Amino acid sequence: MKILVPVKRVIDYNVKPRVKADGSGVDLANVKMSMNPFDEIAVEEAIRIKEAGNAEEIVAVSIGPAKAQETLRTALAMGADRAILVETDDEVEPLAVAKILKAIAEEEEPGLVMLGKQAIDDDSNQTGQMLAALMGRPQGTFANTVEVAGDSVTVKREVDGGLETVKLTLPAIVTTDLRLNEPRYASLPNIMKAKKKPLDTKSPADYGVDTAPRLKTTNVSEPPVRQAGEKVEDVDALVAKIKAMGIV
Amino acid sequence: MKTLVWVEHDNAEIKDATLAAVTAAGKLGEVHLLVAGSGCRAVAEAAAKIAGVGKVHLADDAAYEHALAENVAPLIADQMGHHDAFVAPATTTGKNIAPRVAALLDVMQISDILSVEGDKTFTRPIYAGNAIATVESSDEKLVITVRGTAFDKAEAEGGSGEIEEISGPTDAGISSFVSQEIAESDRPELTSASVIVSGGRALKDAETFEEYITPLADKLGAGIGASRAAVDAGYVPNDYQVGQTGKIVAPEVYIAIGISGAIQHLAGMKDSKTIIAINKDEDAPIFQVADIGLVADLFKAVPELTEKL
Repeated sequence: MKILVPVKRVIDYNVKPRVKADGSGVDLANVKMSMNPFDEIAVEEAIRIKEAGNAEEIVAVSIGPAKAQETLRTALAMGADRAILVETDDEVEPLAVAKILKAIAEEEEPGLVMLGKQAIDDDSNQTGQMLAALMGRPQGTFANTVEVAGDSVTVKREVDGGLETVKLTLPAIVTTDLRLNEPRYASLPNIMKAKKKPLDTKSPADYGVDTAPRLKTTNVSEPPVRQAGEKVEDVDALVAKIKAMGIV
Repeated sequence: MKTLVWVEHDNAEIKDATLAAVTAAGKLGEVHLLVAGSGCRAVAEAAAKIAGVGKVHLADDAAYEHALAENVAPLIADQMGHHDAFVAPATTTGKNIAPRVAALLDVMQISDILSVEGDKTFTRPIYAGNAIATVESSDEKLVITVRGTAFDKAEAEGGSGEIEEISGPTDAGISSFVSQEIAESDRPELTSASVIVSGGRALKDAETFEEYITPLADKLGAGIGASRAAVDAGYVPNDYQVGQTGKIVAPEVYIAIGISGAIQHLAGMKDSKTIIAINKDEDAPIFQVADIGLVADLFKAVPELTEKL
């Protein structure tokens, strides 16, 4: 079985985003960029499935600017076998990303597509579900545990009330939640080796996908800022405050 | 505009998050509801009483029992032939189903809306709520998920909707429900609790978390939450997590104990009316958003607080 792992280059998890003064978006100039943390978990899970003998090849895909190559190299250094960059400088919405991924999946015929449940920039949480719909395949979203056995995959999902387990017929799409695994760091020798692994560059047009956005962002603003309040001296002062609120 | 709202339920009762979605849908136009499940007529009857509701479409089939996206998305897509917007609460169920519906309709979904600004214009949080985007859809139909804390809940009583039975595609045959581990608790649900006591990594382990957080929560009749660090470390189950990718809460009072206040955590609770923070590090970022802060060792302060309340 082959596993396809889509990865996105996003603002680093530790960077506090700054909204541009003209309301056109978030300032990404000279900001540290990294692989979307949920996608890192997806790469790790794919590697573990391969290590367990349930997959032969891992193909990482990224749709984005030329610099998304770095993100793909990270996936390769972690353990992916080859990579495909669908290069575009436009912002591509989840629906168009899903269409491109569908076209790639038709060529590659993966048994599993494993990707992050959401990207930490647009927080959409859509791509995996959309890809599953377009392919007519089952989806195991917000995965906490993934077990491949024969022609099915069992996914334990993180849901609002706790955990839910579903069984899906392969091929299937799985989106990762935080506690699925802890991604490994790429070792220096593996980073060197990754430079020699194959990386194909394509364009959205190669897959016949129109990436024109359906949503127009007319403004991006700062959220209302919360002001720090007061500090109280001791527990007695806190008790007085809480009692004044009338919640006890 | 005719909207179709996903009613979230467990085949017996309606989940609260539905009510906020009804309010959001009401800002767009006529509100119709979809109750899909198995043996769920009682849910449809309760749904018909929600204030402001028109028709309640009831799809009762074993294939819909666990709201598997593979089975319910085609049913919803079918119904969208005569509705203009599909509106779902941004719960894990809504987030699972809505994008599948959107793709079937070739529509770009608008996730987690905070407000309705026009027929096709909405605001939504991006970058963990560090920015708010105003977006306008050019699609003919809309698919929307609604952030529960951003809209008032519709009244659960007072409506007189008409129940109409519908049917559609049933079991897609590619997925099945195996089991669930849903914690039974008398505590208020996080997303509707008016007081939340939340613990962080400083609580050390599961026993300590229980020992310090639970008595205070009991005293206040509060829901219990946690930071990602506390959940990752196994102090509490995943459904306790408050934050960018966990639950978004906005209670009257949020008490953060031993939580430093990473931006991902703040994203999940900064709309709380009053934030109280107890942390021994006076420079912890949580104090920048707290209305009332107490710099203290939680292992001394929390038992004292519990006792004195």
